[in-house]
Amino acid sequence: MGNAGALSPINESLGEYSQLFMLLAAMVYGVVFIIFALDLAKTNKSITEMDSAALKRDEELLVGAGNVVAGSNRKRRGENSRADHISEEIVSDKMTYTSFSAKRPMARIAVVLMWLAAALHGFAVVSRALAAHRVPWGNMYEFLTTGAFLVALVYLIILIIKDLRFMGSFISGLVTLMLCAATIGFPTPVGHLVPALQSPWIVIHVSIAVLSSSLFAISFAMNVLQLLQHSRMNRLASGLSDKLPFMRVVPGAGALENFAYRINTIAFVMWTFTVMAGAIWAEAAWGRYWGWDPKEVWSFVIWVVYAGYLHARATGGWTGPRSAWLSIIGFLCVVFNFTIVNIFFNGLHSYAGV
Amino acid sequence: MAKKQRKSKGTQDAPALGFVGTLRWIWTQLTSMPTALFLLLLLAVAAVPGSIFPQRPSGPENVVGYIDQHPVAGPWLDRFQMFNVYSSVWFSAIYILLFISLVGCIIPRVRKHAQALRTPPPRTPARLNRLPQYTSYEILEGESDTPDDDQIIEDSYKILKKRGYRVERREDATGRSVAAERGYVREIGNLMFHISLIGVLVAAAVGGAFGYTGQRVVVEGETFVNSLVAYDSFTPGTAFNADKLPGYSVKLDKFDIVFDRESEAHFGQPLDFTAHVQVRKTAQSEPVKQDLKVNHPLRINGADVYLVGNGYAPVITVRDGKGNVSYSGPVASVPQDSVYTSIFVLKVPDAKPDQLGFQGFLLPTALVDEKGFGISGDPNAINPQLHLNSFYGDLGLDNGNPQNVFVLDTAKMKALNSRDLDAGGIRLEAGQTYDLPDGKGSITFDDLKRYVALDVNYDPGKLPIGIFAALALIGLGVSLFTPRRRVWIKLVQVDGKRSIEYALLARGEDPRLEREASELQKIFDKAWPLASQEQNQGAVNG
Repeated sequence: MGNAGALSPINESLGEYSQLFMLLAAMVYGVVFIIFALDLAKTNKSITEMDSAALKRDEELLVGAGNVVAGSNRKRRGENSRADHISEEIVSDKMTYTSFSAKRPMARIAVVLMWLAAALHGFAVVSRALAAHRVPWGNMYEFLTTGAFLVALVYLIILIIKDLRFMGSFISGLVTLMLCAATIGFPTPVGHLVPALQSPWIVIHVSIAVLSSSLFAISFAMNVLQLLQHSRMNRLASGLSDKLPFMRVVPGAGALENFAYRINTIAFVMWTFTVMAGAIWAEAAWGRYWGWDPKEVWSFVIWVVYAGYLHARATGGWTGPRSAWLSIIGFLCVVFNFTIVNIFFNGLHSYAGV
Repeated sequence: MAKKQRKSKGTQDAPALGFVGTLRWIWTQLTSMPTALFLLLLLAVAAVPGSIFPQRPSGPENVVGYIDQHPVAGPWLDRFQMFNVYSSVWFSAIYILLFISLVGCIIPRVRKHAQALRTPPPRTPARLNRLPQYTSYEILEGESDTPDDDQIIEDSYKILKKRGYRVERREDATGRSVAAERGYVREIGNLMFHISLIGVLVAAAVGGAFGYTGQRVVVEGETFVNSLVAYDSFTPGTAFNADKLPGYSVKLDKFDIVFDRESEAHFGQPLDFTAHVQVRKTAQSEPVKQDLKVNHPLRINGADVYLVGNGYAPVITVRDGKGNVSYSGPVASVPQDSVYTSIFVLKVPDAKPDQLGFQGFLLPTALVDEKGFGISGDPNAINPQLHLNSFYGDLGLDNGNPQNVFVLDTAKMKALNSRDLDAGGIRLEAGQTYDLPDGKGSITFDDLKRYVALDVNYDPGKLPIGIFAALALIGLGVSLFTPRRRVWIKLVQVDGKRSIEYALLARGEDPRLEREASELQKIFDKAWPLASQEQNQGAVNG
C-alpha cells in the first residue's frame, strides 16, 4: 500500500511542450541580451553627444562673459559646468526613472521582450509542474530552469519601481546561460520524484533556496558594477582617461553598494531559513539535522561568508570595495555549491539527475 | 573599543601592561569587530576541507579507502585531522574563539541597551538644519485652525507616538520641541539572534553528549529489539547511559518498493519504499502495525527509527566438508546500481576442516551480456541468480582484528571456484544447491528476501535547537528590517513669525528614512496650516 498508487501518471506530451517553450524563452532572452547591449552602446553615444553639446554651451557662456579660458582647456570643466550634471539627469543614485529614461527606446524594447520571454518561460515552468503533478524543482534541469525564471521575474518586478536597466544585459545573459546549461548539460525528461524528495519540505526548502540564490545573483551583479565604478572614479579623480565610458549609465558606487546591501539582507534571511528548513527536513529523512554533507558544508560556508559581509558593513575600513568582494565571493560559493558540489561531490544531496 | 588610546606621553616604548593589563588587552582584541570578522571568515575557509576529504563520522570506510589510495598524503592529512575536520582542534579553536568573542561583544551591548531602554530620547540639537532630512515650515497665522504653541507640541507628540516613537516634550533656552526615537527592538532582535546562536551551539553539544546513533540491518521476518547488542554499529555520546535505551522492538514483516514502469526515460527509478513493521513500545505491549517510509520515521519514545537503505538478502545454507550445516540464514548484499546488482560476501568460519568464503554478485534479474558476463536487467527479483567465487583456508578472523563484513580477505585462502579455474564460477538460481569441488561442502540458495538498513537516533538537543533556531531567525529579521531612527520637531520664533522645524536621523542602516520624512510631511500638512518650506534632503545615506 505505498503511496505510489497515488502518484498521478506523467503527462509526457505536456512535458515536451514545456521543453519547447523553454527553448523559445531562451531564444527570446538571447535577443533581449543583444538589445540591452545595444542600448548600453547607444545610450553611451547619446550621453557623449549631450556631454559635448553641454560643454559647447559652457564655452559659449564663458566666452560670452568675456572669459578666454576655453580652447586649450576644453576638457577641464568649471565648477558649475552643466556638463557635470548630464549623467545625473540620466541615472539617479536612487535608481528611479528620470526624464532621460524615455529616451532609451532600445532599453524599452528589451524590457517588453523580456516580459514576453518571461511569459514563455513561466508557461514552460508551470506546464512542467502540471505534467509531473509536483513542484518543478526536483533535479538539476529543473533547478536551473526554475531558478532562471525567478532571476528574470525578480529582476522584472524590481524594474517596475527601480531603473535597473543598466543590469539588463547581465541578467538576460545569465538567464540565457542557465537555460542553455539546463537544456544542453542536464536534459531530463519530466518524471516523478525519488522517495527521499517526496516531502512537503521540498516546496519550502528548495523554493526559498532558489529564490535567495536569484537575489544573491542580482546583488552580485551590482557589487561587480560597484567595483568597476569605484576604480573608474579613482581613475577619473586622478586625471586619467575614462576607459569604461558606458559606466556612465550606471549609478554611483555608493548607491550600488547600498542597493546590493538591501537585497543581500533579504537574501541572507532567506538563506538562513533555507538552511534551517533543510535541517528540519534532513532530520526527518536521514535521521540527523546536521551531518556535514558536502552540500551542508557549502551552505554553511555561504551563510558564514554573507554573515561576514553584513558584519563588514558595520566594521570600520571594511565598507566599499572590501565588502563588495565578500558579496562576490559569497555568490561564487553559491554557484560552486550549485554546480561543482551537485555534480562532482558525493553526498546525500545527489539528486542532480546526472 | 572606545578606550584604545592610553596616555603615554614622554615614554617612547609601549608602557608595560602587566599581567592583568595583558589579559585585558587580549580580551579587547578578541572582542573587537575586526577580530570577529576575521574569525568568521576563517571559519568559512576551515569548513571547506570537510567537503573535499572523506569524513570519519559520515563514512569511516571511505577514509580507510582514501588512505589506502594515498599512502603518502593520507597519513599526513590524518595527522592534521583532515578526516575529522569538524571535531578537529583547529576547527574547534576557531569556533570557540568566535563564540568567546561573540559573548564578549554581547555582554556590554546588553548592558548598554538595557540602559538605552530606560533613557529618554536625546535632547534636541540646537541646529536641526545640520541633520539630514531637515524641513522647515512657516505657520500660517490667522487661519481658523491656526494652532497655538501648546497645540503644536501636543499634536507632534501624538503624531509621533502613533507612529511608534518614544516621545518626550522638551523646553529649553532655544525653545520648545519634541524629541522622539523608535526602533529599540532592532538591537533587541540583534542580541536575540546572537544569543540564540550560542543557544544552538550549546544545545547541539548537550544533545550530542546525551544522545546516540546506531545502525542495524533488518531482514524481512526479523525483529530488532532496541538494546546495545542488537546494533551492527553504535555511536554513543560522551554522557550516554545504556540504561536509558527504551526497550522497544520493531519487526519487519515485508518491504515493498515501487519502481517507475511507465516512463521510458526514468524506467526502473524507485518511486516508493515502504517497510511494513510491527512496533512494540515495550516488551509487554501489544504490537502495532505501522508503515516506515523515507521522510516518515518511526517516532518511538524519542529514539526515532529511520529508513536509510535497503537491498536483497539471499537466504543461504552452507554445509562443510563433513556434511554439517555450518551456516544458515540470510546474507545482506550491497546494491551497487539502480538495477540492484549487489555485492555478496559470505564468510563461514565454522566450516570444517577448512573455513569457507564466498564472494560475487547477486543479480535480481539475471541476464547474460555478449561477453558472457552475468548482468542484472531489472531491480525486481524476476530471475535471481548468485554468481560467486569460492575460497577455502583461513579467513583471518582469529586474530581478533575487526574486519569489514563486505570484504573477503583471501590472503590466506585458496580459490575453489572462479572463472579462471577448471571448476568455473558458481551460478545458483533460487532453490539450487552447488557442490563445491574436492568435497569441500555445498552451498544452497534457499530463498531471496529484502532487508532494510535502519538508523536509530536519539538526540535530546533537537527540540531546543529548533526553538533557538526559530528565535535566531526572528531576531535576524527584526534586526535587519526594523529601522532605528530619531525625529525632532521644534517650534521656532524669528521676527515674530512662528515656524516648525523638524529633522530625522538614522541610527544604522536605514534606506527608508527619506520615505519616513515625506510621510511625516504629509501628516503635518494635514494637521496644521503651513506655508512655504525650506528643505535640506541631505546626501543619500552612505
